[in-house]
Amino acid sequence: MAAAHDIHHPYLQHHFNDLEQQFEASALGMWVFLVTEILFFGGLFTAYMVYRMQYAQAFAEASGHLDIVLGGVNTGVLIGSSLTMAMAVWAAQQGRRRAQVTYLLATIGLGAAFLGIKVVEYSHKFEDGLIPGANFRFDGLDPIHAQLFYSLYFVMTGLHALHMIVGIGIMAVLTWMAWRGRFTSGYHTPVEVSGLYWHFVDIVWIFLFPLLYLIDRHGPGTMH
Amino acid sequence: MATHAATGGNGEPQGATHFVSPRLYVTIFLILMVLTAVTVGAAFLDLGPFNTVVALLIACSKMTLVVLYFMHVRYSSRLTWAVIGSGFFWLALLLGLTLSDYLTRGTGWLRYG
Repeated sequence: MAAAHDIHHPYLQHHFNDLEQQFEASALGMWVFLVTEILFFGGLFTAYMVYRMQYAQAFAEASGHLDIVLGGVNTGVLIGSSLTMAMAVWAAQQGRRRAQVTYLLATIGLGAAFLGIKVVEYSHKFEDGLIPGANFRFDGLDPIHAQLFYSLYFVMTGLHALHMIVGIGIMAVLTWMAWRGRFTSGYHTPVEVSGLYWHFVDIVWIFLFPLLYLIDRHGPGTMH
Repeated sequence: MATHAATGGNGEPQGATHFVSPRLYVTIFLILMVLTAVTVGAAFLDLGPFNTVVALLIACSKMTLVVLYFMHVRYSSRLTWAVIGSGFFWLALLLGLTLSDYLTRGTGWLRYG
């Protein structure tokens, strides 16, 4: 064992030929997981598509109550967090420990800002009586199906937010590992692979924002 | 590690990871921000059914940029491309076959407006 470690890179597991193959396997494993995530969110997007087609007017009215400014700012915040994540991977590739920690902390900060803005949005919806359930209140023509829109809204954005919370947890562990000097220019697979997850969560929001907030903004029945 | 780094190609550390420059990352970020502004702007124009089409085209463009550059897929192996392709293939089946059902149920099911 010790002899083998002396010739090989200390992070190279013995069942891989080289670091490249080891990295490739790790990245591929994350991609296989992300494919299951595509289909997990895909089911929700499919449900949204079907109901939006059937109850076009109710969905347009309900969508009109979402806050485009908060949603838009959050989109920018999340894209910014993807930039800092990409920069954290770059800093790891360069073996710059302090920059890596800084970019990871910035990613955590932006992720937390996203969740904070989401809390503000959710509390507005709560105050407006738009939480599906016995106390749901909606002034439009078709409150039953507006409620369906808000059920999908809360499930989709809620599961997205849950992914963000998990992502922030992963980033916290990575920050600690980076601070301890665990990553070098030769080995930083955890940063790279966690980055893939973070960017995926960003992509989900890139679709949620226009589909929930934007596309019915100028359709029939949205004018107040 | 120095020898690894010097060999390049297959011997390169972290294999599939190429060193994308911060400059390119910032450029991609700025394009993504501009596209976000465009999609918000387009939402306030009345394009009829094309509001959804435009929003989805912009979202797909943003996704492509994130996947290719932030996620380094542009520099990844064909095996990675195949796995990602399979994900989108199954998603297309999910959406496409569902639509082929609901869109062909006649006028009774879909009520527009």
